[in-house]
Amino acid sequence: MEAQIKVKRFNPENESESFYQDYSLDVAEDSTILDGLIKIREEIDGTLALRCSCRASICGSCSMKVNGSAKLVCKTRIKEVSPNGELVTVEPMGNFPVIKDLVTDMDLFWSKVKSVDPYVKTNFEPEAEHIASNESMTHLLGVMNCIMCGACVSECTALEVDPTFTGPAALAKAYRFVADPRDEEKKSRLGKLNENSGVWDCTRCLACVEVCPKDVAPMERIVKMRDLAIEEGYTNTSGFRHTESFNDSIKKHGRLDETRLALESTGLLNISGLIDLAVIGIKSLFKGKIPPPLPHKPKEADKVTSIAKRLDSQEKEE
Amino acid sequence: MKFAFYPGCVARGAAPELYKSTMLVVDKLGIELEEIEKAACTGAGVLQEKNQKLGDVLNIRTLALAEEMGLSIMTICSTCQGVISQANHRVVNNPEYLEEINKELEKEGLHYSGKTEVKHLLWILLEDIGIKTLQDMFNIDLSGFNFAPFYGCYLIRPSDALGLTKNPERKHSLDIVIESTGASATDYAGKTKCCGFPILLINQKNSLKMVAKHTGDAKDEGADAMVTPCPLCHLNLDGYQAKARRQNKRGKADLPILHLPQLIGMAMGLDPKELGINKHLVSTAAFIKSIKTKVA
Repeated sequence: MEAQIKVKRFNPENESESFYQDYSLDVAEDSTILDGLIKIREEIDGTLALRCSCRASICGSCSMKVNGSAKLVCKTRIKEVSPNGELVTVEPMGNFPVIKDLVTDMDLFWSKVKSVDPYVKTNFEPEAEHIASNESMTHLLGVMNCIMCGACVSECTALEVDPTFTGPAALAKAYRFVADPRDEEKKSRLGKLNENSGVWDCTRCLACVEVCPKDVAPMERIVKMRDLAIEEGYTNTSGFRHTESFNDSIKKHGRLDETRLALESTGLLNISGLIDLAVIGIKSLFKGKIPPPLPHKPKEADKVTSIAKRLDSQEKEE
Repeated sequence: MKFAFYPGCVARGAAPELYKSTMLVVDKLGIELEEIEKAACTGAGVLQEKNQKLGDVLNIRTLALAEEMGLSIMTICSTCQGVISQANHRVVNNPEYLEEINKELEKEGLHYSGKTEVKHLLWILLEDIGIKTLQDMFNIDLSGFNFAPFYGCYLIRPSDALGLTKNPERKHSLDIVIESTGASATDYAGKTKCCGFPILLINQKNSLKMVAKHTGDAKDEGADAMVTPCPLCHLNLDGYQAKARRQNKRGKADLPILHLPQLIGMAMGLDPKELGINKHLVSTAAFIKSIKTKVA
C-alpha cells in the first residue's frame, strides 16, 4: 500500500528554521510508522535523522509525535492512524529541544529522573540481595512498566509553561520508590516532592495518562503522592488547603461551596491572594454576577453528607 | 427528547449565564430536561485524589438516580462529564467493584445496573439532534466569524472512558458545531490543552501562563471569540484573561469567551444579552456589536 508521510525536519547546522517534508512510499499492509521512516532514510533520503533501537516497544527510543500526539512509532502501524491512506504527520516530541529532525535531546529528562533519587534507600547496608515479597511489590508492577520513552513529558501541559516542573516521567519514577516497601526515606522523599515544581504543579489534564504506551498512568501516581504527602503531615501548601476545603464542602453540603473554596485555598493569611480574589469578585458584581453566599445544595443533602462521612471514616480505618 | 439534567456546581454558582443560555437553547432544540435534584457534586477529580471510592459512590449514585428516572443524563460541563464518565467506566468494567458500590447505594434504596448513558450537550447536538436538523434551526449565518474551540481536558481525555474510539466524531465535536453555524473554527495548538484552572489557586503563575498562551495564540490565528463547553475553563480564560495577558506580555484581554449554548443561541437568532454574553469579564461589547451589524 502507499503511505504519505510528512516529517518535520530541522538541522541546526544548515537551517535556522524547521520545515516539513512530504514523502510517498510503498509499504507493507502491516508496516509500522518506524518501518516507514527507516525506509525513507534507507531508500529515499539518507539525511533524515531518527532514533530507534529495539523496534519492539521495549527500549523507549522512538517516541515521536504522530498527528500531534506522542507515540512509540515502532508500536504504531501506519494503517492504525491512516486507515484510508491519509497523510501521517511525524514530528519530534514536544517539550524537548531538537538535536536534528526527529532526534530530541534527553539530557534534562535524565537529570530530572536523577533528581528524584531513583533507587531504594535504606538505613543499613544489606548484606545480600534486599528481597521483598511478591505480594508487597505487585502494586508497583504498573509503574515499573515505564520504559522512559518521554511520551508523557512530550505532552505535559504543565511543563509546556514551566520547564522547571519535575514532570510526569520523573514523578512516576519517584512514586515507584516512595511506595517501595523496602525504602526508608518515604517521608523525606515526599517532603521534597511537596515543594515547588513537585506534585502540586500537575494540572491533572490526563495528557500523560492518554499517551503512555505502557499504561503507567503518571498522573494517577502524582495525585497518589499528594495524598501520601498529606498523610505524612505536609500540610503547609495551597494544594492541601484546596483538597481539604473541597472535601469539607461536599461532606457539609453535598455540593461545592465555590466562594469558601477560593478563600480557603488561597489562605486567609495570604493578603495579596485575597486582594486578587476580591478584584475578580468585584468585577463579577459589576456584571451582575453575585456569588451565592451559600452553596446550591442538592435535595435531601443529608443523604450525600452521610455517604461522605461514612466513606471518609472507612478510608481512615484502612 | 428528554434527559435527566446535571447542571453542575458552576452553572448554578459562578456562571449563571451558562444555566440561563442552556435553558433558552434546549427549549428551541425541543429537549425536555428534568433536573437530578438529589445529585451531589462530581468531586471534579479533587475529591478523588483523597478518596476515589467516595467520588465513585457519589457519581454512580447520580447515574442510579437517572436510571430510576428512566433517562439518560445531559451535562453542560466538560469536567462533570469527564468525571462521571470515568466513574462509570471503572464500574462497568469491574462488576465486583460495581457490586461494592451498589452495597453503599442500597442503604438509600438505589441500585445501578451500569446502563445509564451520560452525554454532554455538545455530543447530544451531534448524535441526538444531528447537525442537519441543528442547522435548520439557525436563523443567523455566522460566516465570516472565526471561533476558537476550547474543549476542556476532561471532554477529550481519557479517550476510553469518554467513548472516543466508538464515537470518533466526539474528538472534533466542537469544531464541527462551530462550523455548522457558518463560522470558521480557529486552528491553534491549545484547543485540547489545559486552561490552567485546576492549579489557579495552587500555582497561579503557571495557570495564567496557560490562559495567556491559549487566548493569545487563538487571537493571533484570527479568532473573534473562543467557545468552550466547560464552565471551569471559562472561569479562568475569561475571569483571569486580563491579568494573564498583562503578566505574560500578550497584549490586552480582547478575546471574548463564550459558553457553548451562547454560540448556539446566537446562531438561532436569540438576543446576545438574553444569552448573557454581556455578563463576561472580558468585554464583549465590540463582539456583540459586530454580531448585530451582521444581523442587520
